[in-house]
Amino acid sequence: MKDFIRIASGQGFWGDLIDAPYNQVTQGPIDYLVMDFLAEVTMSILQKQKRKNPALGYAKDLIAQFERILPHIAGKGIKVITNGGGVNPIACKDAILATARKMGITGITVGVVLGDDILDSLDDLTSRGAALANMENGAELSGVRNRLQSANVYFGAAPIVEALRQGADIVITGRTTDTGLTLAPMIYEFGWSFDDWDKMAAGTVAGHILECGAQSSGGNFLGDWRSVPDLAHVGFPIAEAYPNGEFVITKHEGTGGLVSVATVSEQLLYEIGDPKTYITPDCIADFTSIQLEQLSENRVRVFGIKGRPETDSFKVSMSYLDGYSAIGTLTYAWPDAYEKARAADGILRTRLSDLKLEFDEIRTEYVGLNSCHGPLAPIPTDINEVVLRIGVRSQTFDAVERFGRELAPLILTGPPSVTGFAAGRPKPSEVVAYWPALLAKTFVTPRIEVEGV
Amino acid sequence: MASKQIMLIDIAHARSGDKGDAANVGVIARDKRHYPILLRELGAERVKKHFEGICLGKVERFELPNLGAINFLLHNTLGGGGTVSLKNDAQGKTISSAILRMMITVDDAELA
Repeated sequence: MKDFIRIASGQGFWGDLIDAPYNQVTQGPIDYLVMDFLAEVTMSILQKQKRKNPALGYAKDLIAQFERILPHIAGKGIKVITNGGGVNPIACKDAILATARKMGITGITVGVVLGDDILDSLDDLTSRGAALANMENGAELSGVRNRLQSANVYFGAAPIVEALRQGADIVITGRTTDTGLTLAPMIYEFGWSFDDWDKMAAGTVAGHILECGAQSSGGNFLGDWRSVPDLAHVGFPIAEAYPNGEFVITKHEGTGGLVSVATVSEQLLYEIGDPKTYITPDCIADFTSIQLEQLSENRVRVFGIKGRPETDSFKVSMSYLDGYSAIGTLTYAWPDAYEKARAADGILRTRLSDLKLEFDEIRTEYVGLNSCHGPLAPIPTDINEVVLRIGVRSQTFDAVERFGRELAPLILTGPPSVTGFAAGRPKPSEVVAYWPALLAKTFVTPRIEVEGV
Repeated sequence: MASKQIMLIDIAHARSGDKGDAANVGVIARDKRHYPILLRELGAERVKKHFEGICLGKVERFELPNLGAINFLLHNTLGGGGTVSLKNDAQGKTISSAILRMMITVDDAELA
């Protein structure tokens, strides 16, 4: 067994710094590169791409990134784990293998985790007794059944561990939890038992710290952002994991950013609910047990983590179409910028009302004044300029489309000193809403396929 | 003993994000010795009042003494949630700095 392994975060979301994976494999030693690509809405976008072209439906950025890192990971024995397979992990695997062949790289085995995509088996599942009611408001699935765009089970670390045991150097999954990507190599390397709940929780907490990329190594740090050096060259976080469940969060030597108790604490609190009950498919982690210690510059020891047994359900992430929306902006300049922007908003609302268009919501915000902090933001008396930002949402495409046509005319038919319409009319876009549900673990079984070059 | 009003940002930092239509915001004492001040001043009702007009649901409060932190869940806050919301801050990213505007009461001795 290795004394420790270094697991490096290479991506915090789909659209993160493109060079981060390359930097992680070339700027210092690592054993694993983990990349999280999937936000809740990403799956519906990928399903749409797959419907248009059956060879798509995965994070295409991955292929360009693999082209850069393949020569390095092959030489250094670095393994890569990512959920960028989206709704088509097989096509993603094929594209990676094709890239390797094109580059003349051999000795690489790619494993895929399948079975999370339940969109085509929903009728079968419901006929066997799966309710899949909305876990936030209890609504029945039948209300949105014919508008569903995607339906995926969140798998945990276990299928990734199985792929690694079958010899995979690269593991491509669909809807796997962000935390499972990081926990899996620890289980595989250290031979942890799946019911060693403290260890499962430790790896899960490490995954939570890595899953948002540089957000734990100095990015988006509210504590004291001025104190973070060289964010231009920010180093993404690395977990140096030990067999006893302890780990050290760090980053490569010579990179920018900051790893401190404060930066790690902020990330630990990101998007959590009850900290005693952080539920994943692998375990329940207790975030009130986490101890942090600054060992030296950019090295934070994380220890003491306690866990409890997994639940008997998988979380299911579904998305459905819920009408259309559009957002447009106009900029008003001094004098009386705020008063003019409010007057323009009133004129636009009167015109929309005269047209008898039906909207689920019309929202007006004044960027520069209160779009972030709302009523908590004091309004200055004499502002230089303000951006009027109006959004509408409707079940009717035509209503949203007409809103887009009514905004620009305000320039010639409303209050003066207005600009900022170079981008043209706001176009209606589909609203894809999120439907979280629970599914008994007995209903679905992950499958593994491996293939090498 | 002399007491005074300070802004929460003087003794705490924070991070926020979205959980459906709820926002979460974790508030962390800059110095762990000041954690008792957070525990005393940041009751769920107080936070709910602070976010009047923004948080339209209930506020849940969870203590993390190990991090010198309190986590709040602000329900019905993001205009329908990340993908549906028309808000500029649909993901609640700036709720973190919004909570730090809160004025709190401290004794001089507590800050010594």
